[in-house]
Amino acid sequence: MNKLTVSPSPHIKSNQTASKIMWAVVISLIPAGIAGIYIFGISSLNVIILSMLSCIFTEALFLKFRNKDPKTILDGSAILTGLLLAYNLPPDIPFWIPVIGGIVSIVLGKQIFGGLGQNIFNPALVGRAFLQISWPVYMTTWKNPRWWPDAVSSATPLAKEAGAHFTYMDLFLGNRAGSIGEVCVIALAIGALFLLATKIISLHIPLSFIGTVGIITWVFGKEGFFKGDFIFNILAGGIILGAFFMATDYVTSPLTKKGKIIFGVGCGILTAIIRLRGSYPEGVCYSILFMNAAVPIIDRFTRTKKYGLIKK
Amino acid sequence: MADINFIHFPDFKNITKNKKIEQAPIPKRAILPLSQHAGAPAEPVVNPGDSVKTGSLIAQAKGLISANLHSSISGRVIAIEESPHPIIGIFKAILIESDGQDAKVSLDSIPVKDVSALSKEEITALIKEAGIVGLGGAAFPLFVKLNPPPAKKINELIINGAECEPFLTCDHRLMLEKPKEIILGVQLMAKVLGAKDIIIGIEENKIDAVERLNSSIFALKPQIPNFKVKILKTQYPQGGEKQLIKTLLNKEVPSGGLPFDIGVVVNNVQTVFAVYEAVYLRKPLYERVITVSGSFPNIAKNILVRIGTPIKDILDYCGLSPKDSVYKIIMGGPMTGVAQFNLNAPVIKGTSGILILDKKFKVKEEEFGCIRCSRCIEACPLGLMPCAIGLSAKKERFDIASSYDPFDCIECGSCSYVCPSKIPLVQLVKLAKSKIKRQ
Repeated sequence: MNKLTVSPSPHIKSNQTASKIMWAVVISLIPAGIAGIYIFGISSLNVIILSMLSCIFTEALFLKFRNKDPKTILDGSAILTGLLLAYNLPPDIPFWIPVIGGIVSIVLGKQIFGGLGQNIFNPALVGRAFLQISWPVYMTTWKNPRWWPDAVSSATPLAKEAGAHFTYMDLFLGNRAGSIGEVCVIALAIGALFLLATKIISLHIPLSFIGTVGIITWVFGKEGFFKGDFIFNILAGGIILGAFFMATDYVTSPLTKKGKIIFGVGCGILTAIIRLRGSYPEGVCYSILFMNAAVPIIDRFTRTKKYGLIKK
Repeated sequence: MADINFIHFPDFKNITKNKKIEQAPIPKRAILPLSQHAGAPAEPVVNPGDSVKTGSLIAQAKGLISANLHSSISGRVIAIEESPHPIIGIFKAILIESDGQDAKVSLDSIPVKDVSALSKEEITALIKEAGIVGLGGAAFPLFVKLNPPPAKKINELIINGAECEPFLTCDHRLMLEKPKEIILGVQLMAKVLGAKDIIIGIEENKIDAVERLNSSIFALKPQIPNFKVKILKTQYPQGGEKQLIKTLLNKEVPSGGLPFDIGVVVNNVQTVFAVYEAVYLRKPLYERVITVSGSFPNIAKNILVRIGTPIKDILDYCGLSPKDSVYKIIMGGPMTGVAQFNLNAPVIKGTSGILILDKKFKVKEEEFGCIRCSRCIEACPLGLMPCAIGLSAKKERFDIASSYDPFDCIECGSCSYVCPSKIPLVQLVKLAKSKIKRQ
């Protein structure tokens, strides 16, 4: 008999891998990307490509610098960060903005913590927050859908001056100004269903996030006490993208189901407060980043209940 | 009460589930390790040169938790020396060379009388004498399990026919082929324990065994008020003692405690069958049914094999060709079994199967960092957080690891199975346990 292999049990393993999961999330985001390119034109595609290339290049440089296996670049995580960053940017932005955003996402958002799995904050959101603070004008100069008569510079539906002249159907299909990946709710929903069906994400975070925003904007909405237009608040802006694709990031969200619900509710409260009372029309990015910071403490107080714990 | 998690995977049982139990040939030489059970090793009562018969006592239980050992062949003791052991690598064993006769002796300390006239104590004595241990894998001496402290009243006796490890079908076949004997064995156990409720738990991938046992219960009409067979979902680790108790009774064994703390005793079907043989046939435990399976269906079998038979003899009997490209040989199931490096290691009392795997079972992906996906937490049947224990152990922070209750872990391997980053979590938990114990 030839050589026998000895290894510890178990001797069978599931065929799910971390890299497959990353690529599945990338795939789930494709419909929203196609919608963004269709709605705003080819400039969206440029932003997406530049952002992804910037992330991949920065990651490759770091892997070389840290003497890591260069193959890790194919694990899909850097591409995913680049994609998510691009989806959070306006479609008609100078080319160097996504490039800088990608570098910041990978360096400050991920690699300085020690790479995949070690980071505290969602890397794409770190990049976006950095860009938002550094170049606020570029980051809030929106482009209208291609078929609108006035092509350039309108406000997103959430901006106070925009007024509520959008039908729910406009919001649902993405007939509005906004970031590349956030506008088309139906495309995001297709991706989210795919992630739920493949059990890559669970409903704990998205449902508690969206539900909390819905309830608060209904009760305290600008239309009056218990008269707020919560459907508008959920469909406009980046909640769907944030709740299903960013807040659910494994690395930067709590471990247990209970923790995930607390995290989602926290994101929802912060988003609603920023939107209703802040000087800022959108709050998804910062609320997720704030809650990312709270994950270690949430994890500490939401351990699982183990078998055989008898009450004394 | 905690939620209980299970995992699901292909069971690979079709390979052998329809194959009748065959008698494997008697080995030319038997290797009988003095430690094949939980507790203290047995103490030899024979010397090299002594001749023994099949069933002769060759080593005696020593201490409170230990088990007798009997010769599995007739012949001559040739040595008592360090020999290959399938679980711990090497251990002192009694080596016996066969005379080819297979002359048998039986247990003789209790006068032969009608089984129904035997007292509790007489049954226990026969079980102790026969060297029976739990045959589900843990190999805990049975007479200890059947003698709970007097303060603990046993209400429920659970018979474990779940057989949740993939590939293994030896318990399934035994239930199909020896249902009456199993029911008679259960009755003896219930008598010893004074248990009123008896539940045989069987996973739904063995419906034929459920029917067979039910018809035997109907035919034998045991004098037990509450005797039923329950169908369990096919999920892993359904056959874990604590998991089985939770599914069948919705009770939990206290952390750090034993089932008799809540009035329950759990035994495997094959153990029950050994009790039947010890009491009705006065036959000590010197053979058992195992499943030989894996990547080569043409050699897969369920066999009745003598304890002490070297793995190599079994592979030869089953017809493994030297041309077959074997990658791994495992004693036990794929989730908790031990990979073998020395094929002279023998089948022991706790052996439930031998798996011969080819390269298709090689895990291709390399280990990756933890991505905190929480799949291990959702898989843990004890409600633990394997990643928290494992990653603290990796950083040698055993103080943190111990705060996540590693000692509740039953080492079922579910966490390692589901981990998409292929982190050897169960291994790390075992490391944490041994480091913390040593501190």
